[in-house]
Amino acid sequence: MSNAQLTVPFDEAMTRYEPIIGLEVHVELGTNSKMFCSCATAFGAPPNTQVCPVCLGLPGSMPVLNKVAVESTIRIGLALNCEIATWCRFARKNYFYPDMPKDYQVSQYDEPLCTNGWLDVTVATDDGPQVVRVEIERVHMEEDTGKLTHAGGATGRIHGADYSLVDYNRAGIPLIEIVTKTVIGTGPLAPAVARAYVAELRDVMRALGVSDVRMEEGSLRCDVNLSLNEPGAGWGTRSETKNVNSLRSVERAVHSEIERQAGVLDGGGRVIQETRHFHEDTGRSTSGRSKEQAEDYRYFPEPDLVPIAPTRSWVEELRAELPEVPSVKRARLQSTWGINEFELATLVNAGAVELVESSIAAGVDPAAARKWWTGELLRVANERGVELADLPVTATQIARVESLIADGSLNDKLARQVFEGVLAGEGDVDVVIAQRGLAVVSDDGALLAAIDEALAAQPDVVEKIKSGKIQAAGAIVGAVMKTTKGQADAAKVRALLLDRLGVSE
Amino acid sequence: MTAITRDEVAHLAKLARLDLSGAELDHYAGQLAVILQSVARIGEVAADDIPPTSHPVPVENVFRDDIAMPGLDRAEVLAAAPATEDHRFRVPRILDEEEA
Ligand SMILES: [Zn+2]
Repeated sequence: MSNAQLTVPFDEAMTRYEPIIGLEVHVELGTNSKMFCSCATAFGAPPNTQVCPVCLGLPGSMPVLNKVAVESTIRIGLALNCEIATWCRFARKNYFYPDMPKDYQVSQYDEPLCTNGWLDVTVATDDGPQVVRVEIERVHMEEDTGKLTHAGGATGRIHGADYSLVDYNRAGIPLIEIVTKTVIGTGPLAPAVARAYVAELRDVMRALGVSDVRMEEGSLRCDVNLSLNEPGAGWGTRSETKNVNSLRSVERAVHSEIERQAGVLDGGGRVIQETRHFHEDTGRSTSGRSKEQAEDYRYFPEPDLVPIAPTRSWVEELRAELPEVPSVKRARLQSTWGINEFELATLVNAGAVELVESSIAAGVDPAAARKWWTGELLRVANERGVELADLPVTATQIARVESLIADGSLNDKLARQVFEGVLAGEGDVDVVIAQRGLAVVSDDGALLAAIDEALAAQPDVVEKIKSGKIQAAGAIVGAVMKTTKGQADAAKVRALLLDRLGVSE
Repeated sequence: MTAITRDEVAHLAKLARLDLSGAELDHYAGQLAVILQSVARIGEVAADDIPPTSHPVPVENVFRDDIAMPGLDRAEVLAAAPATEDHRFRVPRILDEEEA
């Protein structure tokens, strides 16, 4: 029924409703061991090979808190301008679902480690970049859950499944939940603000080095809360959309939920408080269970873990060691690289800032580094539907290609073919060049032979050139580039052929 | 007033995935009321100058170094489970929850 529901086009919805959004982002920390036990945390390990009595919830086992997880959480809190609690505890969130073998998840409830912060994000508008301050309600620690695979049904989803299979490798991995306060007043920018916030948060996590923040591997996950305010009628009921697993999906989830809720309200219906599931393929969400109330989780202080009381000296020590925040860093890079706001925004949106930076560090000219990452490589990333950073190309490889262009061994066209080979997994730059036989033909003899052949094949063109129509030389250059499979320097071919015909420019 | 209502017991039973009959609900409501009353008596004794505590001993900041160590042997772990498949725990399908 939810699929067949009437929706209102976004622009039209915006004329009548004001979106109110809230974002809950879960970040898996990149610690060596789990939150409360010493099990390893490697992604993709064979099922149930990183488990112990604690994370399996075996009787008598006792959790002990990972110090690095606490440190990372404090650093995240500080980077997000939060206050750090002087004393706080863990709580048990009780629920029955096989993703947690204990039948509860250890989390923080009314005593989060970090509270009241903010993060400024920049979105592009018709009037140029606009800064929006997203306020942070809390940053708290919890443990990740196990991974369920639903089996037996035709769809792989729980409806129709006969049973489920559980892998507890992920259970107990440190998870940080970052919750915003409600974000109001963004109007039609709401989808872009949501995306920019998650992107900025990801960059902050990367800068802190606390997580690899790979959305496709689930180490950064986003839930989108949204309600519509009808001016005069008050705030509406909010829905929570889960399973939003890419930056693009964050934007699409907000967009489609605005259209859906506007449809419900326009049709005289009532938005119900529920969990919805976002589907990457359709860009829309479907209704899930209606949300359990907080009291249904029967939170109570975790008796097996002692309170955390970070000393102020520890907090200040961590604050002093914080890296440059991404927004400050970007302003610095913008002036160092001599680029404008728009060029910077292109790099940020493409997730290319760090990649360009490391390419420059590897010796690539700044303009060339930007050209590759926001041009050819971005095109391939989009085509493959992956993040730029996940392309199998390194800064060193770009530096190598650029140095070969500089010494005349490669031209732009050949360089693109080199990257094509590198991206296809054919090997490193020099291996691809050797195997594909990619090199600018610099041997004048070979070039002259190709030129003579082209000249002989097109006597009419030769006459034109001789009679002064030098622009006709393009046809000969084209023919030579074709015979040399693009492996010649076009300017050189042109100079040689004009010389051959005794014509000067 | 520390008595627990029959509706509250029914709600708790639902959360605990217990299927209780009407007679059982009445029975447990009575028993739980006694427990709540007993706990409430402690509240009567507590003076204003005694802060509520969640832990019997005032200890803070007990941490472990972030060092990974081998866990349990998988075969041993799975041998203790009622059902397994594909090196995973096999559990009955859960109907009232959407996919995680
Ligand atoms: Zn463990």
